Amino acid sequence: MMGRKRAWIFFLFPSFAGVLLFVVCPFADVVRRSFLTAITGTFVGLQNYRMIFGNTAFRTAVKNTFLFTGFSIPLLVALGLAVSLALSRVKRVRLIKSLYLFPMAMPTAAIAIVWKMLFYKQGFVNKYLLRLAAAGNPDTVAAPIDYLGTGAAFFLLCATYIWKNLGYTIVLWLAGIMGINGEMLEAAKVDGAGNMQRLFYVLLPNLKGSMYTIVVLSFLNSFKIYREAYLVAGAYPHESIYMLQHLFNNWFVNLDLDKMAAAAVVCGIVFLAGTLLLWRAWDDREV
Amino acid sequence: MEYVVNHMINRVLKKGKWKNGLVEAALLLPSLLVCIPILILITGSVMGRGELAVYLRPVLGEAEGYITWKLMPDYPTFANYKRLLLETPQFFVLFWNSMGMVTAILLGQLAVGIPAAWAFAAYEFPFRRWILTLYIVLMLLPFQVTMLSSYLVLDGMGIMNTQKAIVLPAIFSTFPVFVCYGGFSQIPKEMLDAARIDGAGEWLIFMKFALPLGKGGILSAMVLGFLEYWNLMEQPLAFLEDKALWPLSLYLPEITWAQAGYAFAASVITLVPAVFVFLMGQDYLERGIVYAGLKG
Repeated sequence: MMGRKRAWIFFLFPSFAGVLLFVVCPFADVVRRSFLTAITGTFVGLQNYRMIFGNTAFRTAVKNTFLFTGFSIPLLVALGLAVSLALSRVKRVRLIKSLYLFPMAMPTAAIAIVWKMLFYKQGFVNKYLLRLAAAGNPDTVAAPIDYLGTGAAFFLLCATYIWKNLGYTIVLWLAGIMGINGEMLEAAKVDGAGNMQRLFYVLLPNLKGSMYTIVVLSFLNSFKIYREAYLVAGAYPHESIYMLQHLFNNWFVNLDLDKMAAAAVVCGIVFLAGTLLLWRAWDDREV
Repeated sequence: MEYVVNHMINRVLKKGKWKNGLVEAALLLPSLLVCIPILILITGSVMGRGELAVYLRPVLGEAEGYITWKLMPDYPTFANYKRLLLETPQFFVLFWNSMGMVTAILLGQLAVGIPAAWAFAAYEFPFRRWILTLYIVLMLLPFQVTMLSSYLVLDGMGIMNTQKAIVLPAIFSTFPVFVCYGGFSQIPKEMLDAARIDGAGEWLIFMKFALPLGKGGILSAMVLGFLEYWNLMEQPLAFLEDKALWPLSLYLPEITWAQAGYAFAASVITLVPAVFVFLMGQDYLERGIVYAGLKG
């Protein structure tokens, strides 16, 4: 018989032990290794860190990862809000929500072939876009875009990310909107507030909490875009979408474990700082 | 409840009926983008080899111009499915690899994650807040950051290049703990205290109250987990060298354009379990998304 005071140990122990064994302890080992050479294991201080910051591939990957998250997450969050606000006005919410959510359930591997057909240089998107351009202005001769082999790959990846993640953003925004007191909106209306005023002074301030949630989950999912990038463009894609995920993978394949260790520590610190910052901001809403 | 609030907002915000229809149409249009890939997959999977070869000639490098397509194949055939299902034993191996790994991961997460979620939801204990923060941080760390540490521990255990290397770390993922925690935190504490006064032990409370009342959160974690692990790519790519151990999600990209018919049929079959889980569990899926965002 376990007492009330100690029961939590029993419930938490298996999970906590696993977390320590599989993540926390080995990560501590990675921190240690980031100060050693990979092969001989001699202490080299910050040399590994200097090496990765001097590494062009690392710099490109960091830059692209920042660009990707900085560009696509705000877009996703804003688009999700716009769709949710519109959705909160219509009747067939469930059906439309399902359609937006559905890409989340589509295995990346299953849609990779369709993506190739759509965005190949000789694919459907070029075909119909050029036809459209030709219809609009018969004099111009537009060249087909190679979406995978040029800088356009970046925007294709952003679009894919939004396509895949818009659904849960909408679910979260809608949950937030549903949670807002209808009387408050009614009262604002009676007081003569217009649509826009109600949006900015009643809806949005009350949705602040939802926004933090959405940003955090979007960030969590933004790293999974690697699946699409890898399946459509391989391990060495166009430079514009060469991200940290590719770099880590290629280092792993080449057994550059010292670089990996240093980069893992740097990324870990950045994520920790980011999470704690958001966490603080998250806390503020309850004060 | 949700419906009532929704209705209220509708009443408040609604202006005219026709405007409503317009908004609905505008919202439906982009969401149809979802259907196009599926339509292409399904038609491609019932197209004969010869017909596909003609349509895909530009991609195969045999012709100029663009891909063509027909939404209704000239000669619909199940030959692709037949060849895939009856003449490609490798496909079966990988299909059951995927099924086996997903099942093992989900069962493990149930066994480990539910009690942990209950510990956070029902008890106060020293460092609770610290441990919860640790779990949140771990939930947010992308696979790539922990790739090296996972490798070190898996290599140390001597289970690299076995499916255990995929299943074991996934079991201790902290994501399902959060989703289950979201469900448990809705159970009123007074109810548990009342049961305790009536002499119920902690284990009995877990079995008789937590599990049935937290069912929503648990199912949500399972639905989200299935969709995630059915789509697993990063981990097997890094930790499984032997292709016979691979999940289905890594098999598809191996198929070349020349065998496009296969690829379409294989894609459809990969899609089916995910669609099934999605349709059966959409409510739980939505609830799970909301629970995952709850603050601990």
